[in-house]
Amino acid sequence: MAFRLKLVPDETKFDFFRYQVYTFGLSAVLMVLSVIVLLTMGLNFGIDFRGGTTIRTESTTAFDIGEYRSALDGIEGIGDVSITEVFDPTFGEDRHVAQIRIGSVEDTEAMTPEQISDVETALKEVDPNVTFAAVESVGPKVSGELIKTAVYAVLAASVGILLYIWMRFEWQFAIGGVVAIIHDVLLTMGIFAALQLRFDLSTIAALLTILGYSINDTVVVFDRLRENLIKYKTLPLIEVMNLSVNETLSRTVMTAVTTAIALTAMLVLGGDVIRGFVFAMLWGVIVGTYSSVYVAKNIVLWLGVNRDFSKPDPDALPEQFRESP
Amino acid sequence: MLDIPLWKRVLILGVVVIGLVWAMPNLFYSRVEAHNDALAAAESAGFVTDEQQAAIDRWPGWLPSGLVNLGLDLRGGAHLLAEVHTEDVYKSRMDSLWPELRRTLAAERDTVGAVRRVPGPEDELHVEIGNPDQMARAVEVARALSSPVVSLTGAGQSDMEFSASGNVLTVRLSDAEKSATDDRTIQQSLEIVRRRVDEVGTREPTIQRQGEDRILIQVPGIGSAAELKELIGTTAQLTFNPVIQSGSDPDGRPGLGNIILPAQEQPNYYYTVEEAPVVTGEELTDATPGFDQNGQPAVNFRFNPSGARKFGAYTAANIGQPFAIVLDGEVISAPVIRDAITTGSGQISGAMDVAGSTQLAVLLRAGALPAELTFLEERTIGPELGQDSIDAGKIASIVAIIGVVAYVVASYGVFGVFASVAVMINVILILAFMSAIGATLTLPGIAGIVLTIGTAVDANVIIYERIREELRRGKRVVTSIDTGFREAMSAIIDANVTTFIAGLVMFFLGSGPVKGFAVTLTIGLASSVFTAIYLTRLMIVFWLERRKPKQLVL
Repeated sequence: MAFRLKLVPDETKFDFFRYQVYTFGLSAVLMVLSVIVLLTMGLNFGIDFRGGTTIRTESTTAFDIGEYRSALDGIEGIGDVSITEVFDPTFGEDRHVAQIRIGSVEDTEAMTPEQISDVETALKEVDPNVTFAAVESVGPKVSGELIKTAVYAVLAASVGILLYIWMRFEWQFAIGGVVAIIHDVLLTMGIFAALQLRFDLSTIAALLTILGYSINDTVVVFDRLRENLIKYKTLPLIEVMNLSVNETLSRTVMTAVTTAIALTAMLVLGGDVIRGFVFAMLWGVIVGTYSSVYVAKNIVLWLGVNRDFSKPDPDALPEQFRESP
Repeated sequence: MLDIPLWKRVLILGVVVIGLVWAMPNLFYSRVEAHNDALAAAESAGFVTDEQQAAIDRWPGWLPSGLVNLGLDLRGGAHLLAEVHTEDVYKSRMDSLWPELRRTLAAERDTVGAVRRVPGPEDELHVEIGNPDQMARAVEVARALSSPVVSLTGAGQSDMEFSASGNVLTVRLSDAEKSATDDRTIQQSLEIVRRRVDEVGTREPTIQRQGEDRILIQVPGIGSAAELKELIGTTAQLTFNPVIQSGSDPDGRPGLGNIILPAQEQPNYYYTVEEAPVVTGEELTDATPGFDQNGQPAVNFRFNPSGARKFGAYTAANIGQPFAIVLDGEVISAPVIRDAITTGSGQISGAMDVAGSTQLAVLLRAGALPAELTFLEERTIGPELGQDSIDAGKIASIVAIIGVVAYVVASYGVFGVFASVAVMINVILILAFMSAIGATLTLPGIAGIVLTIGTAVDANVIIYERIREELRRGKRVVTSIDTGFREAMSAIIDANVTTFIAGLVMFFLGSGPVKGFAVTLTIGLASSVFTAIYLTRLMIVFWLERRKPKQLVL
């Protein structure tokens, strides 16, 4: 017998609906909490969405944020400045990175080259070793549009997925799938607001991936459910659902673990530039897996399913196909 | 499902082999890049230097040489989003219409009376006429100057609209003409930006129209966005105007049809020149940096036949007179005409250095921008940061692959090995396809590949779990595998199509990082379906045929 690593036993008979009041309640509470956090704390929008300038500085010597700040205070015509030091396990002893964010003041334009070079000279004065690894500037006119397209993208993707599931399954499944998506997106935005992680264009890409991943997971369960509904015509819906989730459980766990392994590698070793993005995806994999097991099905259960979809409605058939009485 | 005909086997393995060959140049990135650059440079120059030949020889020509295009966040470079002020063109259209309209109306002076341009909005022409009761006649005469709109949507409409109130006749561009003009302005700006960026010879710049009135410019390898802005943003409107007089008074009365312009190199020195130029930069065919007779940097230029004719006629008639070379509203130099210049070529000299003459030549050759640009977004990414990201991405991908392979092999044994091989070939196929179509790999794109590594196993997992179920029911090995593959199909297709929808949306609605991510994600989806279904199955079939197992532990 060969050794096999199995996180899930061959046959499981978990009753996924036993605690449905709690699991669904937890989801509902987390969704409400996310909305509250989003409304009260708000998202920490990056310059993509808020306009402004970010400058990433690198220095071989340790620097003092206060010194940087006072160096920039004197410059005219720039907005409010926030400076954060970036720490990363992959940085060596002689690498000190800061992220400087300057709010936008002009109406439509990105920062002028003069302003940027003023900032650079001022920083060079307090820290001669400083280099500028990246300078990015977005005008407020564009940033507003970027938010709009981002929201459209998430909406359009949801609608596309809704239509596809509707076509392939039944409308109840489509609603269940989309509620699961909303659940995942909301919870991800909630954690971004709660931890005040930077929310920018890459985060939107991450959100859309979460959406794809979560629905992928949900569809695999749905697919099995559809199959079992035809196989076990008399079994109550709730039991067919339990059976289907149990049957697909080892696959769900397996895929979640492989994806999590890959993303964790990226989170730890992929560098700080992309960390927020990878964090969003990792969180999304966890939430997405949870939602396909605990959210999507509950909705379908509540809505009920037409169990007879294997057998067409006799009245809808043309004359010659009707069974003679 | 399990008896795969020979041609299919050859086809599947063929795709894998082609993928390996196409992805291979990326292993020798800098060498292949040098080879490609040298080839391109040699082709445009028409000859090959020894250095270029050496670079070309370092990569055999019969091997594919397509590379994954590295995005700015990985390579370093500058990104600009420019807005074109298309309404600038309306004003110049109105300004150029005025002399013509004045002449036309002047011919009718007896009926409409005296004609005078009065101030109005920039994109409209307001004309006051002496006899308001003859306004109908004035409008009729003016209307003769309009012409039909040349565009698909605006066909049948006139390019100008005329209206009258009191004694003022108003001319403005019609909406159809405005949108046709906007379109031309953007196209022209795009072309000029492209030529200006191409002239400095950086590698594979991206210059695209975005939306109604925007241009996206991405240039890898350039030092900063400011540098790029300087190159693109200069208007380079070149004209040659007759000089009336010169002096140090900027506020004198220039006289009708004349303007006072500052000298570029001498402070407080001004030229009064005729506003209507003899020749404009639009009639230039060539401009090259060179040196004048004193050994100072200069720019040599040549006119097209009609420009040369006008220039020749003017210089012949005005020997001994100065004439001004005007660039963007400043007089660069005002030489005295010594001879008639009938060859159509000349030289601009003035206080400039070699770099200055090179840049001026670039700008002149690339023509003038039709409208002003403002920059809405600019990003500079240093090359070191990009290199760091590549290194981090490489290490993370390798660790991700090792982790996933270890877990999958521990779970499924020899079938896990098949799945792992499929996943690795999947990554190679993604890189091969991206190289073949010249897609751009960005930092989020690397994350997309890492995510694909994680999810590519999914299709295999769905299949394997099905096979396990069949085996548990006591079915024979071959039957179980066969059923496993067949039953798993619909789940795999549904799951992938939904993700594909998300990918498509990201590609069409997204920009920048979102788009880059969408490209790798969608390519990854397609290739993971191929590797999971066809390649894994082929490996399993080979295994079945060799081992003929009576029993399978999965």
